Amino acid sequence: MSAPFFEFGAFGESASFGVALIIGIAFGWFLERSGMGSARKLAGQFYLRDLTVFKVMFTAIVTAMLGAFWLGWMGVLDLSRVYVPETFILPQLAGGLIFGAGFAMGGLCPGTSCVSAATGRIDGFAVVIGMFAGVLATGLFFDPLQAFYESTPKGAFTLPQLLGTGEGIVVLGIVLIAIAGFRGAEALERRSARMPSR
Amino acid sequence: MSATVVARDGSATESLRGVALRTAQAYSNPYLAGFGLGLVLLGAFVVMGRGLGASGAFASVAAAVSTGVAPEAARSNDYFARYLSASGAPRIDWLLIELVGVTIGGFVSAFLAGRLSRSIERGPRITDGSRLRFAFAGGAIMGVGAVFARGCTSGQALTGGALLSVGSWLFMGAAFAAAYAAAPFLRKAWT
Repeated sequence: MSAPFFEFGAFGESASFGVALIIGIAFGWFLERSGMGSARKLAGQFYLRDLTVFKVMFTAIVTAMLGAFWLGWMGVLDLSRVYVPETFILPQLAGGLIFGAGFAMGGLCPGTSCVSAATGRIDGFAVVIGMFAGVLATGLFFDPLQAFYESTPKGAFTLPQLLGTGEGIVVLGIVLIAIAGFRGAEALERRSARMPSR
Repeated sequence: MSATVVARDGSATESLRGVALRTAQAYSNPYLAGFGLGLVLLGAFVVMGRGLGASGAFASVAAAVSTGVAPEAARSNDYFARYLSASGAPRIDWLLIELVGVTIGGFVSAFLAGRLSRSIERGPRITDGSRLRFAFAGGAIMGVGAVFARGCTSGQALTGGALLSVGSWLFMGAAFAAAYAAAPFLRKAWT
Protein backbone atom coordinates (compact mmCIF):
# COMPACT_ATOMS: atom_id res chain seq x y z
CA MET A 1 0.00 0.00 0.00
CA SER A 2 1.44 3.33 -0.95
CA ALA A 3 0.49 6.78 0.21
CA PRO A 4 -0.83 9.39 -0.55
CA PHE A 5 -3.80 7.09 -1.20
CA PHE A 6 -5.77 9.60 -3.29
CA GLU A 7 -2.74 10.39 -5.45
CA PHE A 8 -2.28 6.68 -6.19
CA GLY A 9 -5.92 6.27 -7.16
CA ALA A 10 -7.18 4.39 -4.10
CA PHE A 11 -10.45 6.35 -4.31
CA GLY A 12 -12.09 8.88 -6.60
CA GLU A 13 -13.04 12.52 -6.39
CA SER A 14 -16.49 12.08 -4.85
CA ALA A 15 -15.02 9.97 -2.04
CA SER A 16 -12.38 12.67 -1.55
CA PHE A 17 -15.16 15.09 -0.55
CA GLY A 18 -16.20 12.67 2.20
CA VAL A 19 -12.58 12.61 3.33
CA ALA A 20 -12.58 16.44 3.28
CA LEU A 21 -15.58 16.51 5.61
CA ILE A 22 -14.04 14.01 8.06
CA ILE A 23 -10.66 15.77 8.09
CA GLY A 24 -12.42 19.12 8.53
CA ILE A 25 -14.49 17.87 11.47
CA ALA A 26 -11.35 16.56 13.19
CA PHE A 27 -9.52 19.85 12.45
CA GLY A 28 -12.38 21.93 13.90
CA TRP A 29 -12.64 19.61 16.91
CA PHE A 30 -9.00 20.09 17.93
CA LEU A 31 -9.11 23.85 17.26
CA GLU A 32 -12.11 24.20 19.58
CA ARG A 33 -10.69 21.79 22.20
CA SER A 34 -7.54 23.90 22.47
CA GLY A 35 -9.48 27.15 22.87
CA MET A 36 -8.50 28.52 19.46
CA GLY A 37 -12.11 29.52 18.83
CA SER A 38 -11.77 32.23 21.46
CA ALA A 39 -10.59 35.63 20.20
CA ARG A 40 -9.51 36.77 23.65
CA LYS A 41 -7.40 33.67 24.11
CA LEU A 42 -5.75 34.13 20.71
CA ALA A 43 -5.15 37.83 21.32
CA GLY A 44 -3.39 36.88 24.58
CA GLN A 45 -0.62 35.52 22.36
CA PHE A 46 0.22 39.02 21.17
CA TYR A 47 0.40 40.42 24.73
CA LEU A 48 2.44 37.43 25.95
CA ARG A 49 -0.22 36.46 28.51
CA ASP A 50 -1.43 33.25 26.88
CA LEU A 51 0.84 31.44 24.43
CA THR A 52 -1.64 28.71 23.51
CA VAL A 53 -1.50 29.66 19.81
CA PHE A 54 2.24 29.14 19.67
CA LYS A 55 2.10 25.86 21.63
CA VAL A 56 -0.72 24.35 19.58
CA MET A 57 0.67 25.49 16.22
CA PHE A 58 4.22 24.35 16.81
CA THR A 59 3.20 21.04 18.38
CA ALA A 60 1.03 20.41 15.30
CA ILE A 61 3.78 21.43 12.87
CA VAL A 62 6.40 19.27 14.62
CA THR A 63 4.03 16.28 14.81
CA ALA A 64 3.06 16.40 11.13
CA MET A 65 6.63 17.20 10.04
CA LEU A 66 8.14 14.26 11.96
CA GLY A 67 5.36 11.94 10.83
CA ALA A 68 5.80 12.88 7.16
CA PHE A 69 9.59 12.65 7.46
CA TRP A 70 9.55 9.18 9.05
CA LEU A 71 6.82 7.79 6.78
CA GLY A 72 8.79 9.10 3.81
CA TRP A 73 12.00 7.57 5.14
CA MET A 74 10.28 4.20 5.64
CA GLY A 75 8.99 4.35 2.06
CA VAL A 76 5.33 4.35 3.09
CA LEU A 77 4.60 7.92 2.01
CA ASP A 78 5.83 9.26 -1.33
CA LEU A 79 6.61 12.85 -0.35
CA SER A 80 7.07 13.86 -3.99
CA ARG A 81 3.30 13.30 -4.37
CA VAL A 82 2.39 15.55 -1.41
CA TYR A 83 1.61 19.05 -2.64
CA VAL A 84 4.07 21.61 -1.24
CA PRO A 85 2.71 25.20 -1.45
CA GLU A 86 4.74 27.14 -4.00
CA THR A 87 6.93 29.98 -2.81
CA PHE A 88 6.63 33.56 -4.08
CA ILE A 89 9.03 35.56 -1.91
CA LEU A 90 7.77 39.17 -2.07
CA PRO A 91 4.00 38.61 -2.24
CA GLN A 92 4.18 36.11 0.63
CA LEU A 93 6.29 38.47 2.71
CA ALA A 94 3.87 41.36 2.08
CA GLY A 95 0.86 39.07 2.49
CA GLY A 96 2.21 37.81 5.80
CA LEU A 97 2.73 41.35 7.13
CA ILE A 98 -0.80 42.42 6.11
CA PHE A 99 -2.29 39.18 7.45
CA GLY A 100 -0.55 39.53 10.82
CA ALA A 101 -1.85 43.06 11.36
CA GLY A 102 -5.39 41.89 10.59
CA PHE A 103 -4.94 38.87 12.89
CA ALA A 104 -4.00 41.13 15.84
CA MET A 105 -6.96 43.39 15.10
CA GLY A 106 -9.59 40.69 14.63
CA GLY A 107 -8.14 38.25 17.17
CA LEU A 108 -8.94 35.23 14.99
CA CYS A 109 -7.50 33.72 11.84
CA PRO A 110 -9.67 32.42 8.96
CA GLY A 111 -9.98 28.85 10.25
CA THR A 112 -10.46 29.78 13.89
CA SER A 113 -13.02 32.47 12.97
CA CYS A 114 -15.22 29.69 11.57
CA VAL A 115 -14.89 27.74 14.82
CA SER A 116 -15.61 30.88 16.82
CA ALA A 117 -18.72 31.65 14.74
CA ALA A 118 -19.89 28.02 14.97
CA THR A 119 -19.74 28.18 18.77
CA GLY A 120 -21.99 31.27 18.87
CA ARG A 121 -19.45 34.09 18.99
CA ILE A 122 -20.85 37.00 17.01
CA ASP A 123 -17.40 38.62 16.78
CA GLY A 124 -16.19 35.40 15.13
CA PHE A 125 -18.97 35.71 12.60
CA ALA A 126 -17.90 39.33 11.93
CA VAL A 127 -14.35 38.12 11.19
CA VAL A 128 -15.76 35.51 8.78
CA ILE A 129 -17.76 38.20 6.93
CA GLY A 130 -14.77 40.58 6.92
CA MET A 131 -12.45 37.87 5.62
CA PHE A 132 -14.87 37.10 2.81
CA ALA A 133 -15.15 40.81 1.95
CA GLY A 134 -11.36 41.16 1.89
CA VAL A 135 -10.83 38.18 -0.42
CA LEU A 136 -13.69 39.25 -2.70
CA ALA A 137 -12.43 42.85 -2.95
CA THR A 138 -8.85 41.76 -3.65
CA GLY A 139 -10.12 39.36 -6.30
CA LEU A 140 -12.24 42.05 -7.95
CA PHE A 141 -9.26 44.43 -8.12
CA PHE A 142 -6.83 41.71 -9.13
CA ASP A 143 -5.80 43.14 -12.50
CA PRO A 144 -3.45 45.88 -11.24
CA LEU A 145 -2.18 43.57 -8.46
CA GLN A 146 -1.45 40.56 -10.63
CA ALA A 147 2.12 41.51 -11.59
CA PHE A 148 3.11 41.78 -7.93
CA TYR A 149 1.10 38.66 -7.02
CA GLU A 150 3.14 36.63 -9.50
CA SER A 151 6.52 38.23 -8.77
CA THR A 152 9.59 36.40 -7.34
CA PRO A 153 8.35 32.85 -8.05
CA LYS A 154 10.48 30.05 -6.62
CA GLY A 155 8.21 27.05 -7.26
CA ALA A 156 8.11 24.32 -4.62
CA PHE A 157 11.09 25.55 -2.62
CA THR A 158 12.01 23.98 0.70
CA LEU A 159 14.25 24.94 3.61
CA PRO A 160 16.71 22.07 2.90
CA GLN A 161 17.09 23.45 -0.66
CA LEU A 162 17.53 26.99 0.65
CA LEU A 163 20.12 25.97 3.23
CA GLY A 164 21.79 23.34 1.07
CA THR A 165 21.57 20.77 3.85
CA GLY A 166 19.85 17.44 4.34
CA GLU A 167 16.21 17.26 5.30
CA GLY A 168 17.03 15.46 8.57
CA ILE A 169 19.17 18.36 9.80
CA VAL A 170 16.39 20.88 9.12
CA VAL A 171 13.79 18.66 10.83
CA LEU A 172 16.06 18.27 13.87
CA GLY A 173 16.71 22.02 13.95
CA ILE A 174 12.98 22.84 13.92
CA VAL A 175 12.33 20.31 16.71
CA LEU A 176 15.07 21.87 18.85
CA ILE A 177 13.81 25.41 18.17
CA ALA A 178 10.26 24.30 19.06
CA ILE A 179 11.40 22.72 22.35
CA ALA A 180 13.29 25.90 23.25
CA GLY A 181 10.21 27.91 22.26
CA PHE A 182 7.93 25.79 24.48
CA ARG A 183 10.25 26.32 27.47
CA GLY A 184 10.31 30.05 26.75
CA ALA A 185 6.51 30.14 26.40
CA GLU A 186 6.02 28.45 29.79
CA ALA A 187 8.45 30.90 31.42
CA LEU A 188 6.68 33.90 29.84
CA GLU A 189 3.28 32.70 31.04
CA ARG A 190 4.59 32.19 34.58
CA ARG A 191 6.02 35.70 34.52
CA SER A 192 2.83 37.38 33.24
CA ALA A 193 0.75 35.43 35.81
CA ARG A 194 2.83 37.05 38.56
CA MET A 195 2.35 40.55 37.14
CA PRO A 196 -0.92 42.34 37.93
CA SER A 197 -3.12 42.43 34.85
CA ARG A 198 -4.39 45.78 33.64
CA MET B 1 -29.85 37.98 26.55
CA SER B 2 -26.81 36.00 27.40
CA ALA B 3 -24.01 37.27 29.51
CA THR B 4 -20.59 35.72 29.55
CA VAL B 5 -17.94 36.28 32.14
CA VAL B 6 -14.56 35.31 30.83
CA ALA B 7 -12.05 34.34 33.47
CA ARG B 8 -8.30 34.77 33.17
CA ASP B 9 -7.77 31.25 31.92
CA GLY B 10 -10.28 31.79 29.14
CA SER B 11 -12.94 29.55 30.66
CA ALA B 12 -16.35 31.15 30.70
CA THR B 13 -19.22 31.10 33.13
CA GLU B 14 -22.40 31.86 31.30
CA SER B 15 -25.97 32.53 32.20
CA LEU B 16 -28.34 32.11 29.30
CA ARG B 17 -31.44 34.23 29.77
CA GLY B 18 -30.84 33.95 33.48
CA VAL B 19 -32.07 30.35 33.47
CA ALA B 20 -29.17 27.98 33.32
CA LEU B 21 -25.96 28.80 35.10
CA ARG B 22 -23.19 26.44 34.19
CA THR B 23 -19.46 26.48 34.09
CA ALA B 24 -17.89 25.49 30.80
CA GLN B 25 -15.18 22.84 30.80
CA ALA B 26 -11.62 24.08 30.75
CA TYR B 27 -9.80 23.81 27.42
CA SER B 28 -7.52 20.86 26.68
CA ASN B 29 -3.81 20.83 27.28
CA PRO B 30 -2.39 22.82 24.32
CA TYR B 31 0.37 20.28 23.60
CA LEU B 32 -2.15 17.42 23.55
CA ALA B 33 -4.54 19.35 21.27
CA GLY B 34 -1.61 20.39 19.07
CA PHE B 35 -0.53 16.74 18.81
CA GLY B 36 -4.08 15.80 17.73
CA LEU B 37 -4.08 18.62 15.20
CA GLY B 38 -0.71 17.45 13.89
CA LEU B 39 -2.06 13.91 13.42
CA VAL B 40 -5.03 15.32 11.47
CA LEU B 41 -2.61 17.23 9.23
CA LEU B 42 -0.44 14.12 8.80
CA GLY B 43 -3.60 12.17 7.98
CA ALA B 44 -4.39 14.68 5.23
CA PHE B 45 -0.87 14.21 3.79
CA VAL B 46 -1.17 10.41 3.86
CA VAL B 47 -4.74 10.07 2.61
CA MET B 48 -5.02 13.05 0.23
CA GLY B 49 -1.48 14.18 -0.58
CA ARG B 50 -2.37 17.69 0.52
CA GLY B 51 -2.70 19.63 3.73
CA LEU B 52 -5.33 21.70 5.51
CA GLY B 53 -6.65 25.12 4.55
CA ALA B 54 -9.20 27.81 5.24
CA SER B 55 -8.68 30.93 3.14
CA GLY B 56 -8.91 28.96 -0.12
CA ALA B 57 -12.50 28.11 0.77
CA PHE B 58 -13.29 31.82 1.11
CA ALA B 59 -11.71 32.39 -2.31
CA SER B 60 -13.82 29.70 -3.98
CA VAL B 61 -17.01 31.15 -2.48
CA ALA B 62 -15.93 34.63 -3.66
CA ALA B 63 -15.29 33.21 -7.14
CA ALA B 64 -18.70 31.50 -7.16
CA VAL B 65 -20.45 34.70 -6.05
CA SER B 66 -18.67 36.80 -8.65
CA THR B 67 -19.45 34.33 -11.43
CA GLY B 68 -23.09 34.41 -10.35
CA VAL B 69 -23.21 38.22 -10.49
CA ALA B 70 -20.96 38.85 -13.48
CA PRO B 71 -20.03 35.58 -15.27
CA GLU B 72 -17.91 37.20 -18.00
CA ALA B 73 -15.89 39.29 -15.57
CA ALA B 74 -15.27 36.31 -13.28
CA ARG B 75 -14.10 34.11 -16.14
CA SER B 76 -11.64 36.71 -17.37
CA ASN B 77 -10.44 37.41 -13.84
CA ASP B 78 -7.19 35.48 -13.41
CA TYR B 79 -7.67 35.15 -9.65
CA PHE B 80 -11.25 33.87 -9.63
CA ALA B 81 -10.74 31.73 -12.74
CA ARG B 82 -8.48 29.33 -10.80
CA TYR B 83 -11.38 28.58 -8.43
CA LEU B 84 -13.85 27.92 -11.25
CA SER B 85 -14.18 25.02 -13.67
CA ALA B 86 -12.70 25.36 -17.15
CA SER B 87 -16.07 26.58 -18.45
CA GLY B 88 -16.24 29.24 -15.72
CA ALA B 89 -18.85 27.51 -13.57
CA PRO B 90 -18.46 27.19 -9.80
CA ARG B 91 -17.05 23.81 -8.79
CA ILE B 92 -17.06 21.87 -5.56
CA ASP B 93 -13.86 22.81 -3.83
CA TRP B 94 -12.20 20.26 -1.52
CA LEU B 95 -11.24 23.03 0.89
CA LEU B 96 -14.79 24.34 1.09
CA ILE B 97 -16.09 20.91 2.16
CA GLU B 98 -13.20 20.71 4.63
CA LEU B 99 -14.12 24.11 6.09
CA VAL B 100 -17.77 23.04 6.45
CA GLY B 101 -16.34 20.13 8.44
CA VAL B 102 -14.34 22.57 10.58
CA THR B 103 -17.49 24.43 11.60
CA ILE B 104 -19.27 21.14 12.39
CA GLY B 105 -16.31 19.85 14.41
CA GLY B 106 -15.98 23.12 16.29
CA PHE B 107 -19.68 23.19 17.07
CA VAL B 108 -19.82 19.58 18.30
CA SER B 109 -16.71 20.02 20.45
CA ALA B 110 -18.07 23.20 22.04
CA PHE B 111 -21.50 21.63 22.55
CA LEU B 112 -20.08 18.60 24.35
CA ALA B 113 -17.90 20.83 26.54
CA GLY B 114 -20.70 23.25 27.42
CA ARG B 115 -18.88 26.05 25.63
CA LEU B 116 -21.58 27.13 23.17
CA SER B 117 -22.37 30.72 24.02
CA ARG B 118 -24.07 33.42 22.02
CA SER B 119 -21.76 36.24 22.97
CA ILE B 120 -19.28 38.82 21.81
CA GLU B 121 -15.75 38.31 23.06
CA ARG B 122 -13.96 41.57 23.59
CA GLY B 123 -11.55 43.38 25.87
CA PRO B 124 -13.00 45.09 28.96
CA ARG B 125 -12.45 48.62 27.67
CA ILE B 126 -14.34 48.64 24.35
CA THR B 127 -18.00 48.39 23.42
CA ASP B 128 -19.60 45.46 21.61
CA GLY B 129 -20.02 47.69 18.55
CA SER B 130 -16.33 48.61 18.43
CA ARG B 131 -15.37 44.98 18.84
CA LEU B 132 -17.53 43.98 15.89
CA ARG B 133 -16.05 46.76 13.75
CA PHE B 134 -12.52 45.68 14.70
CA ALA B 135 -13.46 42.06 13.94
CA PHE B 136 -14.81 42.92 10.50
CA ALA B 137 -11.86 45.20 9.65
CA GLY B 138 -9.33 42.66 10.94
CA GLY B 139 -11.00 39.95 8.88
CA ALA B 140 -10.96 42.12 5.75
CA ILE B 141 -7.26 42.96 6.20
CA MET B 142 -6.48 39.26 6.68
CA GLY B 143 -8.42 38.52 3.51
CA VAL B 144 -6.17 40.84 1.50
CA GLY B 145 -3.06 39.33 3.07
CA ALA B 146 -4.22 35.75 2.53
CA VAL B 147 -4.70 36.36 -1.20
CA PHE B 148 -1.11 37.56 -1.64
CA ALA B 149 0.28 34.91 0.70
CA ARG B 150 -1.72 32.18 -1.10
CA GLY B 151 -3.04 30.91 2.17
CA CYS B 152 -3.34 31.59 5.86
CA THR B 153 -2.41 30.07 9.19
CA SER B 154 -3.83 26.72 7.99
CA GLY B 155 -2.66 26.40 4.40
CA GLN B 156 0.66 28.18 4.80
CA ALA B 157 1.77 28.12 8.45
CA LEU B 158 0.58 24.63 9.43
CA THR B 159 0.65 22.78 6.11
CA GLY B 160 3.58 24.50 4.39
CA GLY B 161 5.40 24.77 7.71
CA ALA B 162 5.30 21.00 8.24
CA LEU B 163 6.42 20.46 4.62
CA LEU B 164 9.36 22.86 5.14
CA SER B 165 8.23 25.33 2.44
CA VAL B 166 10.37 28.48 2.43
CA GLY B 167 7.41 30.72 1.53
CA SER B 168 5.32 29.28 4.36
CA TRP B 169 8.00 29.94 6.98
CA LEU B 170 8.46 33.42 5.52
CA PHE B 171 4.69 33.99 5.81
CA MET B 172 4.66 32.73 9.40
CA GLY B 173 7.57 34.96 10.44
CA ALA B 174 6.07 38.02 8.72
CA ALA B 175 2.59 37.42 10.15
CA PHE B 176 3.79 37.04 13.75
CA ALA B 177 6.18 40.00 13.40
CA ALA B 178 3.37 42.23 12.11
CA ALA B 179 0.95 41.02 14.77
CA TYR B 180 3.43 41.83 17.55
CA ALA B 181 4.17 45.21 15.92
CA ALA B 182 0.45 46.04 15.68
CA ALA B 183 -0.47 44.75 19.17
CA PRO B 184 0.66 47.83 21.18
CA PHE B 185 -1.63 50.03 19.05
CA LEU B 186 -4.55 47.67 19.67
CA ARG B 187 -4.02 47.35 23.44
CA LYS B 188 -7.29 49.12 24.18
CA ALA B 189 -9.21 46.55 22.19
CA TRP B 190 -7.93 43.56 24.15
CA THR B 191 -6.65 44.51 27.61
